[in-house]
Amino acid sequence: MRLDQRLIADMIRPGTRVLDIGSGDGALLDYLFRTRGCDARGIEIDMREVTRSVAHGLPVMHGDADHDLAHYPDEAFDYVVLQRTLQAVERPREVLRQMLRIGRHAIVSFPNFGHWQLRLKLLTSGRMPMTAVWHTPWYQTPNIHPCTILDFLMLCREEGYVVEQWMAVDEDGERAPWRRSIRLANLFGEQALFLLRRRGR
Amino acid sequence: MDQTTPAHIEHAHMLFPEGMQLECGFLLAPVRVAYRTYGTLSAARDNAIVVCHALTGDQYLAETHPLTGKPGWWSRMVGPGLPIDTDRFFVICMNVLGGCMGSTGPRDPRPDMPGEPWGTDFPPITIRDMVRAQKLVVDALGISRLFAVVGGSMGGMQVLEWAATFPGMVFAAMPIATSPFHSAQNIAFNEVSRQAIFADPEWHGGRYWEQGAIPARGLAVARMMAHITYLSEEALTRKFGRRVRRDPYNQAGAMSLFGEIFEVESYLRHQGSSFVRRFDANSYLTITRAMDYFDLGADHDGDPSRPFHGTRTRFCIVSFTSDWLFPTSQARLLARALNRAAANVSFVEIDSDKGHDAFLLDEPDFDRTVRGFLSGAAEHARIG
Repeated sequence: MRLDQRLIADMIRPGTRVLDIGSGDGALLDYLFRTRGCDARGIEIDMREVTRSVAHGLPVMHGDADHDLAHYPDEAFDYVVLQRTLQAVERPREVLRQMLRIGRHAIVSFPNFGHWQLRLKLLTSGRMPMTAVWHTPWYQTPNIHPCTILDFLMLCREEGYVVEQWMAVDEDGERAPWRRSIRLANLFGEQALFLLRRRGR
Repeated sequence: MDQTTPAHIEHAHMLFPEGMQLECGFLLAPVRVAYRTYGTLSAARDNAIVVCHALTGDQYLAETHPLTGKPGWWSRMVGPGLPIDTDRFFVICMNVLGGCMGSTGPRDPRPDMPGEPWGTDFPPITIRDMVRAQKLVVDALGISRLFAVVGGSMGGMQVLEWAATFPGMVFAAMPIATSPFHSAQNIAFNEVSRQAIFADPEWHGGRYWEQGAIPARGLAVARMMAHITYLSEEALTRKFGRRVRRDPYNQAGAMSLFGEIFEVESYLRHQGSSFVRRFDANSYLTITRAMDYFDLGADHDGDPSRPFHGTRTRFCIVSFTSDWLFPTSQARLLARALNRAAANVSFVEIDSDKGHDAFLLDEPDFDRTVRGFLSGAAEHARIG
């Protein structure tokens, strides 16, 4: 399991109900079930990953964040997790709304488009930046809604979400040291990780 | 055509003299349920799996069929070390109510008129009636909770009905190549099948036994038509293409209109004629009608999620890419209905060109899915 998945798991209380959107190979689901006793389920868009997960006994259904969340009842889960996918969905704001409707908490990680290397590359080369994190050319990338950590915070404020925890993480999932200053995190963090809940709860 | 009737074979069964009240209100008594079991029931009676058969299947799941001499219909799936592992699980398969392989059905003598079969007077039954008849056997075996219920096509409808009607009894449910309701297109196909039977001169208004006849032609045509819907264009092309051969039954020369036949025609004729040897026309009508009535949302303002609210059953829905009879779109409706009930759902679409029948055939991804889902569920159920 990636280190940032470990950080996500650390945010989840044992014995809770978890929906992992984009569960991939099911590593987080397996970990949450085995070490936390969670009722952890997955949604995954890649059918090969779905088949592999189910063949390993994990409850995963074929579906995606844009189309399948609307069918769950309110507060069906304690946590709804979206790992490194927000930038690739059709309607990020609607996906976040659905996550915080069907879940009491949302855990969201995404690659930070505010990272200094991206800013520098765009400034110096005048072309769409390519880095280890953002490594597909503009005409092929599935990442149609990139945002910075500050952008994401602004959206949370507009939508009335409470940020219970946040952290910046580097590409390998190691926790970055920019914990206090959002501005520094926005400049030096490669991946961002947020634990949200709706206001008034 | 061969007109042997299979009635002389004694099928293992349980008899329930008090019978059961059907959904239509009729008290059917006695009720007989023919069944087969494989594997050993654990001391805790917690490892039982009910496998539900499809429209023309029967209880001979994993052994040589006593009538046809062919391997059981799911012998590649059920057995020692196979995905439904009989070294581990106790598997029960029962002939559906209304069937013709030993369970009470239209060919049986009616209690109020000794010596007279039910025929078309057999009361209409539903998928839920089939499931309630199966529960009589499960109860009689002293099993209070089934580890799993598994089935494809109409068997999948029974799986859903089991989970909806007896939610506390079903730990895991695997509806395969099925739908939350029978679609208009599928009702239409069933209707063509039935009309083919009615149109046979040997039908005799459904009282064909009085003439010592069976509507073999009609039943064979029904089967031929239905069989096309179980395959896919790709599968037919791969198996037969446009190959022709000399028709051995046509006395006219090869140059006559039907002197040569396409291999696909020959295949369908074979399917039709072998079917009439093992199946009763009135059973075919009764069971296809039960499928047509199937609609999980019927008692719930059309909402198929309502029967599952609060369910604790773990579901695994499986569909196949080339299945156009029970397409993935219908499986997805089912998955979403279960999502609305916040049920624990896995949903897999298996890539296959074999059509609806794929669940009976060699599909390694499907085997892995069945094995993995059952193993995962067994871990959660804490059974061996």
